[in-house]
Amino acid sequence: MITKEHALKIASLSRIHLKEEEAQLLANDLECILKYIDQLNELDVTDVKPTSHALPLQNVFREDVVNPSLSQDEALQFSVQKDKGCYKVPKVIE
Amino acid sequence: MKIAQLTAHEILDQYAAQQLKVVDVVGSVLEQISQSEKDIHAYAQVFSGDKLPAFNGKNIPIPIAIKDNICIKDTETTCCSKILKNFIAPYDATVIGKLKQSGAIFVGHANMDEFAFGSSTETSCYGPTRNPWDLSRVPGGSSGGSAAAVAGNEAIWALGSDTGGSIRQPAAYCGVVGLKPTYGRVSRFGLIAFASSLDQIGPITKDVTDSALLMNIISGYDPKDSTSANVPNPDYTKALVKNVKGLKIGLPKEYFIEGLDAEVKTKVMDAVLLLKSCGAEFKEISLPHSKFAIACYYIVATAEASSNLGRFDGVQYGLRAQPSQVRKTNLVDMYEETRDQGFGNEAKRRIMLGTYSLSSGYYDAYYLKGLKVRTMIKMDFDRAFEEVDAIITPTAPTTAFKLGEKMNDPISMYLNDIFTTPANLSGIPAISIPCGFSKNRLPIGLQIMAKPFAEETLFRIGYTYEQNR
Repeated sequence: MITKEHALKIASLSRIHLKEEEAQLLANDLECILKYIDQLNELDVTDVKPTSHALPLQNVFREDVVNPSLSQDEALQFSVQKDKGCYKVPKVIE
Repeated sequence: MKIAQLTAHEILDQYAAQQLKVVDVVGSVLEQISQSEKDIHAYAQVFSGDKLPAFNGKNIPIPIAIKDNICIKDTETTCCSKILKNFIAPYDATVIGKLKQSGAIFVGHANMDEFAFGSSTETSCYGPTRNPWDLSRVPGGSSGGSAAAVAGNEAIWALGSDTGGSIRQPAAYCGVVGLKPTYGRVSRFGLIAFASSLDQIGPITKDVTDSALLMNIISGYDPKDSTSANVPNPDYTKALVKNVKGLKIGLPKEYFIEGLDAEVKTKVMDAVLLLKSCGAEFKEISLPHSKFAIACYYIVATAEASSNLGRFDGVQYGLRAQPSQVRKTNLVDMYEETRDQGFGNEAKRRIMLGTYSLSSGYYDAYYLKGLKVRTMIKMDFDRAFEEVDAIITPTAPTTAFKLGEKMNDPISMYLNDIFTTPANLSGIPAISIPCGFSKNRLPIGLQIMAKPFAEETLFRIGYTYEQNR
């Protein structure tokens, strides 16, 4: 059972601040979706290997040479706050 | 007939015969937009006109709509989310670079469900798109703007993206052709990620020939996408042959059951009979884990989404909100407030579901189990393709539903994708082709699936069907 408190905890892990009234609605939705997902318990998956990618992948390596890429200014241009070539965020340490 | 109603290949023929100029085609499309866009709302943004290229015999100057999650340099690319409003893409997606080389004319960024989370294009921060066949109904989603633009002649063709059916289902609802290529066939570089192991960009077109033509432009290996497949890239138009003799096609019994609309079933079976009369061999097959596809998909897709959307935190780009009070630290409050204000309901729902299934204590029961069921679904297809060359199913269980009808019932919305998610989970190519109309004049789509990298089989079957209808 997903309670309002659970929803608030999951929201916190997701870095989303939920309003009180939103938390109850989302708890109901999540409960309903997880109930649906529980149908997977019908399946015995004991010896099944997990698939994270459907088609075979291999590591891709290349020589460490610089290709055309965004300049520092271009990379920073969409930040609300920047300073001395860095992103600026609210103060973390008091 | 208006120029905007033509297919791309018809326009190219008329360019070659000097019967048509690029400016006339663009003019006709813009005129259509000025007439019907206020009703359909296919676009998040229509671009203001650049200098138009002339046809030179080799280029393909055709007006195209681009889903709002594919970066076009120096244009606003927002995934139809408040959190990315005013974000100007600083580079071109690989598919956009290829289209620019081909002489494409970009009409605008097409509307979509926020971050492609949805099956109806109702979760866009710009408001919903409406189905050109019936304005009280949804165009499907999440590439609903792309499909509605093509169906409503507001573009000649379009690009969408498909994570669980987001190209094929709106193509079916709007009566156009939509292809999800094999995973890795088309570069994802510059596509804003939803679920990286499932996402593919693909064409939405008026017919099968245009689908092959557009695939010729956009597909191919790309070193900038580490999951891009380094395999030979064929000329897809060579597969446009009117011959299915000897092809073995499977009909999965699990796809023709309860919940499937009777009219949809009839039209799909009519298409099967037609292909049979053209020489295709049909047999019943079983994909026994199909009914678990939606549950599996919503674990895998939301887990990947919760991780991919972590980048939207107010630091590098997009919205940054000011917290009204200090609850945790200034920084965490800024993250949490930004994401609360920036994401819509469905985005929050999916990010939270994904976070939950990945969280300590629930990982084995949800995420890991989802990955294991994904293996079982994929093995169903591996076995089936030992017996058949292709599989035919309906694209969606019903025709287009009414706006608002499913907005408060996430499960019922998710079940629209019951026939389309298996192809994403298995990485295989799949196409939706119009196969007729319901009694109330709504389009119905037929889905064809094939082995990985066998898009040519899809085109061959699709073309034969289309030419013999």
